[in-house]
Amino acid sequence: MKRKDFLQLSGLGAGGLLLGRIPLLGTPVPPGRPLETVDTALKKRMADIALNAARSKGATYADVRIGRYRNQFIITREDKVLNTVDTESYGMGIRVIADGCWGFSATDKLDTDGIAQAAVLAVAIAKENARLQSEPVQLAPQKGYGEVSWKTPIEKNGFEVPIKEKTDLLLAVNAAAMKNGANFIDSALFLVNEQKYFASTDGSYIDQDIHRIWPTFTVTKIDSQTGKFERRDALSAPRGMGYEYMIPDEKNKIKGLTTLYRDRYDMLEDAQLAATQAHDKFAAKSVEAGKYDLVLDPTNLWLTIHESCGHPTELDRVLGYEANFAGTSFLTLDKWQSGKFNYGSPLVNIVADKTQPGSLGAVGWDDEGVGTKQWDIIKDGILVNYQTIRDQAHIIGLKESQGCCYSQSWKDVQFQRMANISLQPGKTPLAPHDMIKNVEKGIYIIGDSSYSIDQQRYNFQFSGQLYYEIRNGQITGMLKDVAYQANTREFWNSCAAICDAQDYRLGGSFFDGKGQPEQSNAVSHGASTTRFNGINVINTARKI
Amino acid sequence: MALLTPDEAQTLLKKVLSYSKADECEVSVSSNEGGNLRYARNSVSTSGASRSTELAVSSVFGKKQGITTINEYDDASLEKAVRRSEELARLAPENPEYMPLLPAQTYGPVPQTFIPATAAITAAQRADYVAQSLQIAKDAGLTAAGYLEHGASFSAMMNSHGLFAYNTQTGVNFSITMRTADGTGSGYSSKGYNDISQLDVRAASKTAAWKAAHSGSARALEPGKYTVILEPAAGVVLLENLYGSLDARSADEGRSFLSLPGGKTRLGEKLVDEQVTIYSDPWDPALPGTNYSNEGLPREKVTWIEKGVVKNLVYSRYWAQKKGVRPMPYPDGYIMMGGSASLDDMIKGTEKGILVTRMWYIREVDPQTLLYTGLTRDGTFYIENGEIKFPIKNFRFNESPIIMLNNLEALGKPERTVSGEGGGTAMIPPMKIRDFTFSSLSDAV
Repeated sequence: MKRKDFLQLSGLGAGGLLLGRIPLLGTPVPPGRPLETVDTALKKRMADIALNAARSKGATYADVRIGRYRNQFIITREDKVLNTVDTESYGMGIRVIADGCWGFSATDKLDTDGIAQAAVLAVAIAKENARLQSEPVQLAPQKGYGEVSWKTPIEKNGFEVPIKEKTDLLLAVNAAAMKNGANFIDSALFLVNEQKYFASTDGSYIDQDIHRIWPTFTVTKIDSQTGKFERRDALSAPRGMGYEYMIPDEKNKIKGLTTLYRDRYDMLEDAQLAATQAHDKFAAKSVEAGKYDLVLDPTNLWLTIHESCGHPTELDRVLGYEANFAGTSFLTLDKWQSGKFNYGSPLVNIVADKTQPGSLGAVGWDDEGVGTKQWDIIKDGILVNYQTIRDQAHIIGLKESQGCCYSQSWKDVQFQRMANISLQPGKTPLAPHDMIKNVEKGIYIIGDSSYSIDQQRYNFQFSGQLYYEIRNGQITGMLKDVAYQANTREFWNSCAAICDAQDYRLGGSFFDGKGQPEQSNAVSHGASTTRFNGINVINTARKI
Repeated sequence: MALLTPDEAQTLLKKVLSYSKADECEVSVSSNEGGNLRYARNSVSTSGASRSTELAVSSVFGKKQGITTINEYDDASLEKAVRRSEELARLAPENPEYMPLLPAQTYGPVPQTFIPATAAITAAQRADYVAQSLQIAKDAGLTAAGYLEHGASFSAMMNSHGLFAYNTQTGVNFSITMRTADGTGSGYSSKGYNDISQLDVRAASKTAAWKAAHSGSARALEPGKYTVILEPAAGVVLLENLYGSLDARSADEGRSFLSLPGGKTRLGEKLVDEQVTIYSDPWDPALPGTNYSNEGLPREKVTWIEKGVVKNLVYSRYWAQKKGVRPMPYPDGYIMMGGSASLDDMIKGTEKGILVTRMWYIREVDPQTLLYTGLTRDGTFYIENGEIKFPIKNFRFNESPIIMLNNLEALGKPERTVSGEGGGTAMIPPMKIRDFTFSSLSDAV
């Protein structure tokens, strides 16, 4: 993706430390502006103009996505609101098959002529490119659903909460961290609303209203004598929820070395704890490199699941469609066909799910009009399935798509994106503190930080926010300079215990990048605290 | 809306400003038209075209600011946008860091960022370019996956203090990965220009094909410290994390690799080897950029690191005022000076080493030391006695660009390079570096 396609939100952490570059999908609109929805009958009329224009020019299939995408990003630091960005983007993307080849065109000129011209252009592009194609597109059959709708089941719409209430909360969070000794805090709240309408020549007219939310922060503590600094990021998760996620609830808290959160977040409490823990990191022992048994909290493990299971089981990667950018996959078709490829230990059960309540990936239908569902990816440690969409389903013998098609906006073409991919909890009762009791030499890791994995998803390295040394079943103190490196298959085969469903929580990625031009996808990953034996830990301390 | 001329843009922006009743008002307008073609498995996969425009109005009362945007251009819509931004400004919290809009500025000559031939690329041309690339893959018995994208855009801004700025840009980017049928070899090449006539799809595809054909059956070397030659496409992804982080405020605040004990910074200090000079110059014909920043500040030629010494840091207008220095915006692109040696010359002059052609998945491990991890990818080779001897398996590294540039042995001739990670464009030389830290092996091809 071109750098100019991103907006570096001003003041978003020191030099963008908090979240890096945030793709701004849309243009700024006034904060607090009431939600404007487009009448469904009008959307159907516009969709029919496009579908008819495409058919009249020779398209054998066409789909239309009319999208109004709203984002609200509130960015603060210490006692200042740096930026309140409301964006809105409204337009139409038209995808067609003509002469057996895909074509796509998008426009924000939504009068009859603008729509028809875009449809004609999509067909012309398909016909032009057909000469480059080795075999025609083969779509898995899909029934039309008629006129249907779906909404994220939110309790409180974050866009309808007054801006002042949201900025006051962030400033209170910042004040709590500063009072507890932080030198700096950057905090942000992201709200996303996708109002999207899908129509296709299969006879579907699908209206959906999707909501997502992500509160986050980075606390920094400085030792001016040594010039060293330590940071601690929020332990929140981005969620497919409304503003109810921001309302603390004691029943949704897990108290321990720090407080961990299920389906309600207490941002104020987490910021207070973060300030104390950032201070404590100065005194933490630098880790001795070597093999450790790792006890990974879901706030850390979600990202390892995302990178080492979510991405390599995407069928488009397996087939080579991402070879030029995101990469391919070590989980080649022969391994799946064998029916006995041992991805992990027998404890490892990983499920794909596009319906999970509160998750980032939950929708009623995907962006090519396929109803969503749940299916097994890894069953008792064995690779049993992939994630795919309509034009690739036939390659693995499926009679229908799994509903994994997504586009970040009306402007971009939809393609295969990751479903929620989650590790299933252990079946026998086990709590994290009982898991730790059985570890002789280990590290308990909370929170996510640095992450990197190769283009076929073999070799990875992850860090965390908080590291606690375990000796003979006891937490003996805090560690720092920790990163764990492993090979995906060896790692998952070293999985020795998984806590039960009481401990199950969702983590997730708000801005997962893939494709050219690069697009963002939001996806959740559930897990309970899990133990992995004999993992290689390196020491990351350096001097410059 | 098509691309407006400077006169057309002025007329439109003056009209919008005429509706303003705020203390200060700034209006900007832009449009973007482009297309792309993606291919994989030796066949087209997705392709498309899009166009979009926007007009943004920022109204200010005191230190309270409101911004609104619109993409309709009739008089009533334009006035509505101004009124709405004024309402928002009245409701907004005061921003203590708000800086008043700039007065009229004088900008340097217009850099050559817009090339009509690039703006005129058609769907048929896209297909022709990709057909050339696919033919090379088929002739070599390889599998190609690649991406071609192009775009043309203009943007203009005007404010109530008389500032007016205008620019147009075109760009075309091409990247290609070729893989052997058995999946044991892979090669990559990427190019990006303002001018389509500089893009040689055939040459880039041949480079990727050579690397794919010669990288199969790679041998495993033990992880450890090695002398490496980083091709520009490999080096840029680490360097961009150095020159993209030269921010004064975080350094002054004590939370940057540039921070020193007692609130001091490394500005003016020697940070890396004296062979390293990095600057930006909007008028460099090889890497032209805009002559003004997003805020309307004139861009100039700036030396960021000179002979290893940190000479300049980025200052926002607010931080510059607080520190009593001139504001210094981020530039469009960076140029790292090098020597005259070609990559081949550098390989010939290497007794033992590793040629790294691409790096991937670069992530920060420690912000205090600028330590990054990542992996080699798509063609890594062992060099002995001045020759490429055999392909080697990919490595994971944990390395800081600061440590790397202190271990610099030699620089080759810079070339225009597109980052495979951040997407930015820079002029980067091939670099020969001793004691580069590889920490583990990867089975990935």
